[in-house]
Amino acid sequence: MADLTEEQRKSYWRYNIRLTATLLIIWFVVTYLISGLWAGWLNQFVFLGFPLGYYMAAQGSLAIFVIEIAVYAYLMNNLDRKYGINEGGEV
Amino acid sequence: MSLGKIFGLYTLSFLGVTILIGIAEQLFGLPNRWIGWIFIGLSLGIYIVIGIITRTSNPDQYYVAGRGVPAVFNGMATGSDWMSAASFISMAGALSAQGFAGLAYVMGWTGGYLLLAVFLGPYLRQFGAYTIPDFLGARYGGNFARAIGVIAAIACSFTYLIAQVTGVGLIVSRFIGLPFEVGVFVGLIGVLFCSVLGGMRSVTWTQVAQYIILIVSYLVPVVYLSYQLFAIPIPELTYGRLLQTNNTKAIEITRDAREKETRALWAKEAEQANAKIKAGGVDEATAEKLKAAARLATQQATAPAASDDATVGRYLTVPSGVGMWNFLALTFCLMVGTAGLPHILTRYYTTPSVRQARTSVAWSLFFIFLLYFTAPAYAAFARFAIYARLVGTQIAELPSWITLWQPAGLFEVIDKNGDGVVQWADFVVKSTDFVVLSMPEVAGLPFVITGLVMAGGLAAALSTADGLLLTIANAFSHDLYYKVIDPQASLTKRLTITKILLVATALVAAWVATFRVAIIVELVAWAFSLAGASFFPALVMGIWWKRANKAGACAGMIAGLAVTAYYMIGSRFYDVSWFGTQTIASAVFGLPVGFLTIWIVSLLTEAPSQSVQDLVASVRYPQSGQAITNDPLGRGAPAGAR
Repeated sequence: MADLTEEQRKSYWRYNIRLTATLLIIWFVVTYLISGLWAGWLNQFVFLGFPLGYYMAAQGSLAIFVIEIAVYAYLMNNLDRKYGINEGGEV
Repeated sequence: MSLGKIFGLYTLSFLGVTILIGIAEQLFGLPNRWIGWIFIGLSLGIYIVIGIITRTSNPDQYYVAGRGVPAVFNGMATGSDWMSAASFISMAGALSAQGFAGLAYVMGWTGGYLLLAVFLGPYLRQFGAYTIPDFLGARYGGNFARAIGVIAAIACSFTYLIAQVTGVGLIVSRFIGLPFEVGVFVGLIGVLFCSVLGGMRSVTWTQVAQYIILIVSYLVPVVYLSYQLFAIPIPELTYGRLLQTNNTKAIEITRDAREKETRALWAKEAEQANAKIKAGGVDEATAEKLKAAARLATQQATAPAASDDATVGRYLTVPSGVGMWNFLALTFCLMVGTAGLPHILTRYYTTPSVRQARTSVAWSLFFIFLLYFTAPAYAAFARFAIYARLVGTQIAELPSWITLWQPAGLFEVIDKNGDGVVQWADFVVKSTDFVVLSMPEVAGLPFVITGLVMAGGLAAALSTADGLLLTIANAFSHDLYYKVIDPQASLTKRLTITKILLVATALVAAWVATFRVAIIVELVAWAFSLAGASFFPALVMGIWWKRANKAGACAGMIAGLAVTAYYMIGSRFYDVSWFGTQTIASAVFGLPVGFLTIWIVSLLTEAPSQSVQDLVASVRYPQSGQAITNDPLGRGAPAGAR
């Protein structure tokens, strides 16, 4: 940590906040709007034989959560590398 | 040999043994009881052997598995730590009964991992302590915050533990015919061997082994069914068509004259039971029985669609109004609860680095996702089986899975109107747990697959019990005894105390479970709200807001817990109702109160010291695989970075 300048630390943290906020907004929209409040309306569309609202709540949202966390881990780990943060424990 | 090879070989041998048992069943007619014994003996044997191989008395190994668990394996361990008897046995059944409304569980128990990934996991790893109260103690200073953490951790974990032990007892007693009380203790042997001998290290590797068993056994029956019906072995793709078929059938049943007749008979029975209760003059036990009978009759009298002209059955109907509010509130509570349960959070202390902690959350959710993604399909296949293979058959010619499972008492077929034909309303479901357990027979699979499913259910219950037991014992021995009562205690003394506590906690849990208190199942659902309202705000604010201080955190945890507990008890027993919210979603009030209290009280009181603020700043930037604070055991840096 000592290796990072004040400016680097600020930009590192800003990137983290932005990424976190983006992921949370997607999480909110997928869970509470698409699979919740709008699900009834979405059910009129059919996807792979599923009513779309049901599909999003039962399958789609779950897949999106997995992708979101994978993206988070990938981008944050890349960010660490970019800032030259090297952890002792890396295998 | 690399870990991947070891567990690959293990998976293959497990499959091989299963196939051998299957061959023995076909060729020599191996009796079902024997198959039950073999599966239970074999899986418990594996867990005990892993426990012995990985035994340790090094504290870093014992508390956090030497912080050397690679992300993928920590993901598997977290998966089985997380997925309990409720996920494995009960969830698909609940979905098949509740339809859309039940999806709150599927989303809540997966979406919570996103909160965990972005708000907590990597930061807790960077902080690098042994327990969650450790973090509260260091971040908020002093023993008060730690003590509240200890109480909340024990309260959530213990109720949850009893439910797992009950699950173990049920499985063991049902499949090998031991009495429930004996079954509970047989199961505990498997748990205690690992946790006592090797703490977190043994528990981790056992949980990986348990994950493999539970996921294989969950997928096999439903994949087979999907292949049987659609020639595509991917149930998640095929069950959409089933939903449509089921929906058509639900509407047919709603309009059918004989179904209506049967429902009317049930409605009359419910009315009579209610009238008897109203008339009074019955003692409490009888009144309870009448109430249960009335509930059951009302359930049977409910048509699968709201009215004759409905085009969509209840199963696919998205709730509206208060129903929608409860759906969203429950999803929210399960999510924050997931991110606040101490036995899951501690798992992220065990990875070698922050990077691995991040990757590990992703793997965790992926492994959990494999099961949760399949559960709604399971539910639809179960519905289909009942609609297609039961409704309309002659009472004299029930399908074989019905006759096989009826003695278990989970469901009953009652010819209510006496016409000799099974109506939908004649199928009385007492516990939806039959869905997962009976699926192999529904699919016409040999008993060996039932044995496999049973081993999976046992693995799910035992792995969660392992993690919970360790959390409770560490809360007592590490956080209470070592940190508060006797900071001078020697290493040997502390580990001895932990081991004694593990055995004691397990025995107490088993003893409580033998009473079979019905409220336990409810309490488990409450644990999520309690964990969400107590830990989540204090942990998130502790990491994300430097200004949060001791007074704020303590007040916030207490306020969050108090509001949640007040609403739980009030709505469950005293008719308190805010916006018609269900008891199980109580944290929807407690959590915002917790956050607000931390914020307001912190601002009104003095800012935390510079060193604490530096600590908060330091957890934001990963720097090394080591703990930032002084090692909680006062030794050098943790040795197990690799």
